[in-house]
Amino acid sequence: MYKILNKEELSDAVVLFEIDAPEIAKKARAGNFIILKINEQGERIPLTIADFNREAGTITTVFQKIGKTTFQLGMLRQGDFLADVIGPLGKHSHIENFGTVICVGGGVGIAPVYPIARALKEAGNTVISIIGARTKNLIFWEEHMQNVSDELIITTDDGSYGRKAVVTVPLDELLREREGIKLVIAIGPAIMMKFVCITTEKYSIKTVVSLNSIMVDGTGMCGACRIEAGGRTQFACVDGPEFDGHEVDFDLLMARQRMYLDEEKNALEQYIKSAETLQ
Amino acid sequence: MKEETKQKKRTSMREQQPRERARNFKEVPYGYTPDEAVQEASRCLNCKNPACRKGCPVEVDIPSFIQLVKEGKFIEAAWKAKEKNVLPAVCGRVCPQEIQCESLCILGKKGEPVAIGNLERFVADYEADHGEMKTPDIPKRTGRKVAIIGSGPGGLTCAADLIKSGHDVTLFEALHKPGGVLVYGIPEFRLPKSIVEREVEYIKKLGVKLVTNAVIGKLYSIDELMNEHGYDACFIATGAGLPVFMGIPGENLNGIYSANEFLTRANLMKAYLFPDYDTPIRKGRHVAVIGGGNVAMDSARVALRLGAEKVYLIYRRSEAEMPARKAEVHHAQEEGIEFLLLTNPLRYIDDGKGNVSAVECIRMELSEPDDSGRRRPVPINGSEFRLEIDVAIPAIGTRSNPVLLETMTDLTITKRGYILADEETGMTSKRGVFAGGDIVTGSATVILAMGAGRKAAHGINEYFKWKYWDTGTLSD
Repeated sequence: MYKILNKEELSDAVVLFEIDAPEIAKKARAGNFIILKINEQGERIPLTIADFNREAGTITTVFQKIGKTTFQLGMLRQGDFLADVIGPLGKHSHIENFGTVICVGGGVGIAPVYPIARALKEAGNTVISIIGARTKNLIFWEEHMQNVSDELIITTDDGSYGRKAVVTVPLDELLREREGIKLVIAIGPAIMMKFVCITTEKYSIKTVVSLNSIMVDGTGMCGACRIEAGGRTQFACVDGPEFDGHEVDFDLLMARQRMYLDEEKNALEQYIKSAETLQ
Repeated sequence: MKEETKQKKRTSMREQQPRERARNFKEVPYGYTPDEAVQEASRCLNCKNPACRKGCPVEVDIPSFIQLVKEGKFIEAAWKAKEKNVLPAVCGRVCPQEIQCESLCILGKKGEPVAIGNLERFVADYEADHGEMKTPDIPKRTGRKVAIIGSGPGGLTCAADLIKSGHDVTLFEALHKPGGVLVYGIPEFRLPKSIVEREVEYIKKLGVKLVTNAVIGKLYSIDELMNEHGYDACFIATGAGLPVFMGIPGENLNGIYSANEFLTRANLMKAYLFPDYDTPIRKGRHVAVIGGGNVAMDSARVALRLGAEKVYLIYRRSEAEMPARKAEVHHAQEEGIEFLLLTNPLRYIDDGKGNVSAVECIRMELSEPDDSGRRRPVPINGSEFRLEIDVAIPAIGTRSNPVLLETMTDLTITKRGYILADEETGMTSKRGVFAGGDIVTGSATVILAMGAGRKAAHGINEYFKWKYWDTGTLSD
């Protein structure tokens, strides 16, 4: 059992858990993820490690309430327990002093991009960050990102906060106007990562994306998370989750993410109904 | 005397009718009644020089336990079997006895061999239902610590043997439940999960510590276990792991599962109880399973139980070359799985929305024998045809999982990617590290993994005694 030591509602839909998991915290590095399961009946879902504190023995994860499992997670309170937390999984981010890098975080993807931006900053890079969301309420960790970035640009689709734009607009400007940008890291919805890659490809700037495909075991055993990159089928859990974005077949990723749309919808409806009855 | 020799045929085990069982996840055979068990045990000639024992990879004292059954001492019989086999209820169900102990039974020369597997299952179940779980006396602690990586059949056997030798034993399991392939792979109707839990409980009762959710290579490295956590030896029994795909077009369409994924969703995650359990699974109407092994049979029979109208089993050779147990093939056919033999898939067709809608296949014929000694299948030109399907499950094998091995650059790996280890002792190229089961041999059976676990336990005991490490004879 893994205790939730701290819970924060980062926005209407985004929740943060700080979880007591000293052994995982000891090994966690930027780019790793965990698999989490709420209870005996629960499904195993992958969530990125958004932060870790080796001294306190905690890991932090951030999730958006979109399906039954994440809604149910969101109902848990500080002091509650999770049945299973497995990690740190996946290959960690490759960090070195590249020079100038751009970190792009979209929606809940702001959380996983943060430890990478921090590690890149610590490695001596000049870090320019762009964080974006649909609307102001969904932007979080502005201060976190400010602290690890030399420059921070915020966008919202509806213009309720920061620039009224999608993240690719300031990204394109930066790539056009600035010299010496060596690397772009982009984490967010698949569609955002796809368009980031289309943008950076024009300028031939290497782009790393972190793929959030459906997983079961998260250790290479099942192949649920398979994606195509560089014309080869690879497993996001053990070969990734980070890949060269210019090699990724995003349309396949998005199609595979939709595999259980009907089941997810039914499960969520049923859950909300039963939660309402309980109340 | 007449009484003992008259019965040439073995006592059959009653089972659920095919039509009924094809729609539920309950176990197929019901098991023997005490009378049936005594009747079957009475067929044993109690040979002076019992051949059956030689066929058992874990050396169960088969004649002695059968003798006890004959005398109606069922619980004592179970204890006798358990002296050598910590998982008798599992082995009684899933061991290929027909090519092991039973194949050597003298009765098999003229009639049917004694149903050793059925009897083993009976005594193990009888003990669980009637007796209290008896644990053997554990000798004085030696103070030595052993880490076992993987709680499948190999790891469980090794753990039980080593705890009985007086060592401290910790089992590390990557998943949230112990049992390995016994819980994620083999379906409920062939091996009820309550039985695996019972056998794992027994091993815990012996004093083995179990750590679930521990992915070794990620959470701890082998070096850390040995240098920082004080383990004196490690046994790597992680299984083969990574599913193989055919690499044909369309294989990543939605609705196409590796057998590992399909079975893990159904067995470990209980997706057949969705939405009471949260893990979904696509319940196909028309399902194609590709392969001819036990895993293919399991996948096909699970698909049927999830409600498929039609389940095809596509295999590129003929039934004679199928690696699956005859009994499993027979069960699958009885339940209505349609076998498309000498057939190979060429590509999967998209329904336009990213889902599989059909598989294009080609007919095959057998030519000369290949390296495996089986006749090689070759395609017949122009024989392509299409099957409408909405789920496909390639069950064509696994290869070694890189997660742990990547972190051990000092371990010698074979050309095929498995760990190089001595067959008799489990010794690897790295001092103090032993390995066995599928991670050494590639995909094999539960009982062979158990045999490897037993040998490694013996190897570890010898190592503790002599501190001797010679891997000069290891070769790929």
